[in-house]
Amino acid sequence: MNLSRRQMLILLPAAAVAWKSVLAGTPEEAPNYKMSEHWWGMLIDIPKCIGCGNCVRACAAENDVPEGYFRTWVERYHVSDEDMTNPQVISPDGGKQGFPVVEKEDAGKYFFVPKMCNQCADSPCTQVCPVGATFVSPDGVVLVDQSYCLGCAYCVQACPYGCRYIHPEKKVADKCTLCYHRITKGLTTACCESCPTGARQLVDLKDPKDPIHEFLKTHSVQVLKPQMATGAKAFYNGLDGSVR
Amino acid sequence: MNGVEGFMYPNEVGLQWSVLIVLYPFITGLVAGAFILASLERVFRVEAVKPTYRLALLTALSFLLVAPLPLQLHLGHPERSPEMYFTPHSTSAMAMFGYVYLWYLMAVLVLEIWLDYRRDIVLLSQTTKGPVRWIYRLMTLGSSNISERSLHIDERVGWVVTLIGIPSAFLLHGYVGFIFGSIKANPWWSSPLMPVVFIFSAMVSGVAGVMLLYMAITKIRKQLIDMHCVDTIAMYLFYIFIIDFSLEMLDLIHRVYEADESFRSLNFMVHTKLYFSHIVVQIFLGTVTPLILLFVTQVVKLPEIVRKRMYVTAGCLALVGIFAMRWNVVIGGQLFSKSFLGYTTYKMDLVTREGSLVAVALSLLPLLFLWALVKLLPPWPTERNGQAVTGD
Repeated sequence: MNLSRRQMLILLPAAAVAWKSVLAGTPEEAPNYKMSEHWWGMLIDIPKCIGCGNCVRACAAENDVPEGYFRTWVERYHVSDEDMTNPQVISPDGGKQGFPVVEKEDAGKYFFVPKMCNQCADSPCTQVCPVGATFVSPDGVVLVDQSYCLGCAYCVQACPYGCRYIHPEKKVADKCTLCYHRITKGLTTACCESCPTGARQLVDLKDPKDPIHEFLKTHSVQVLKPQMATGAKAFYNGLDGSVR
Repeated sequence: MNGVEGFMYPNEVGLQWSVLIVLYPFITGLVAGAFILASLERVFRVEAVKPTYRLALLTALSFLLVAPLPLQLHLGHPERSPEMYFTPHSTSAMAMFGYVYLWYLMAVLVLEIWLDYRRDIVLLSQTTKGPVRWIYRLMTLGSSNISERSLHIDERVGWVVTLIGIPSAFLLHGYVGFIFGSIKANPWWSSPLMPVVFIFSAMVSGVAGVMLLYMAITKIRKQLIDMHCVDTIAMYLFYIFIIDFSLEMLDLIHRVYEADESFRSLNFMVHTKLYFSHIVVQIFLGTVTPLILLFVTQVVKLPEIVRKRMYVTAGCLALVGIFAMRWNVVIGGQLFSKSFLGYTTYKMDLVTREGSLVAVALSLLPLLFLWALVKLLPPWPTERNGQAVTGD
């Protein structure tokens, strides 16, 4: 194929832009790991959560999460009988050090709700990113290419669950990566590993042997804010209707 | 703790978008509104507003040049912003910014100003001396043909550019409204009315801004204010303001009547944290008061001096009201938790990159640009070296 100098001048920048675009949306790969064989999510079993804060501490240590920001956190709900739709919620320091003891339990119920990125399949944060620095990987994890992110915070505004923040030192968007550096090496996430009751379980929806399939068939499982239609993959068992 | 009431998701406590992001829609609104005023004369042949035509174009350009600065200053990595041009994300409303901005700047505003001023630029390049002559020569772009036929072609092309410019101005500012209106996670923003409200509020601010600038500059130049022109602008301002106010009230009434899950939260905010900026400044001071003033000038025959004062008061209040509206959208939309269970507080810094001093400097910068542009391209007939130079 003969290309003139003029054609080359047009084609080269176009090819450079195309290549940059491809690179921008490619997650790090681990040897022997095939992205196409997985579709990751998380099962959160609310009745099992004891609010110990292990998951929050493990996440912060594993991912070097800056002080005052959270890739995961735990909330404690108190829903009174009189006002079911207006719960009292606390999450002191993201529940990192656990929760204060309830001196005298009021009427109603208390329970803990661990929160994290919902790894949405139709994620609003990915939709709004002006340069495609945040993307859904082929194995279903929402990631941020921090070498590409502008730090405009549009994704932070678009996340309905409050899971994103701008890293105070790196000045880019940061969030739960579902410990991508671990799960691609066959490990589970730091939060799942540290949970003493098994309230958090990493699930692979493409793995036919994963117990999640049986669990989803036999339990009432819900996602947070289903009206947002984000394709959330953080599945909550025993989710109370008052949880926001 | 940290000005928080109730429960916020822990990452929500600090606001992501500061006063600079309030300035951005305010500035682009002034651009779009000023251009629409200019198009009244050019496309819709409203001859009465002709004295403001060129001033409106130069005002639009001055503000447009500053419009990207607040965004740049806000970015965590401003050096990466060119990526929006090279690898724009097709599903992102914000990715369109660079293209919409460049289109409006180069294909509409600069082109229209150049076409309109071409005769003056050629004459000035021949009559001025020193370095400024080289600037004018450069601005002729090598075309010094100012024959009647050539000027007629300029006129026709300029008309077409303005015609394209009107939807472009709507696009520029409607798009800014869409950036907010399309965020489904935030009920304070999420509304299909948002782009429309932004467009009409832009027209209010732009028209009021140019009217005030025209009156101020004419006074500084010790010239007579063309009252027919100002009366006409005030009339248009009044009508646009009514549409803008109606749309905002429609949005408000709809929210109050529908009272969905977010209402308790938003209602609390409007009655507490946003009471002053929303109810007092935006609605009463910035909308109802100028509307009443403009209404009175429309129905009562008042002496010239009274009308002037009423127009100035109404114009200033309208600008304050539109700024408050931008503030309430941008800042207000971040003061409540997406859990609808709590509220945070915006603490404006003073001298940081996104602080109030920078915001004040950025607000004044367009006026500096306008001063320079007016010096370079006088929007009114002027005398230079004994030769009359006029664009009319």
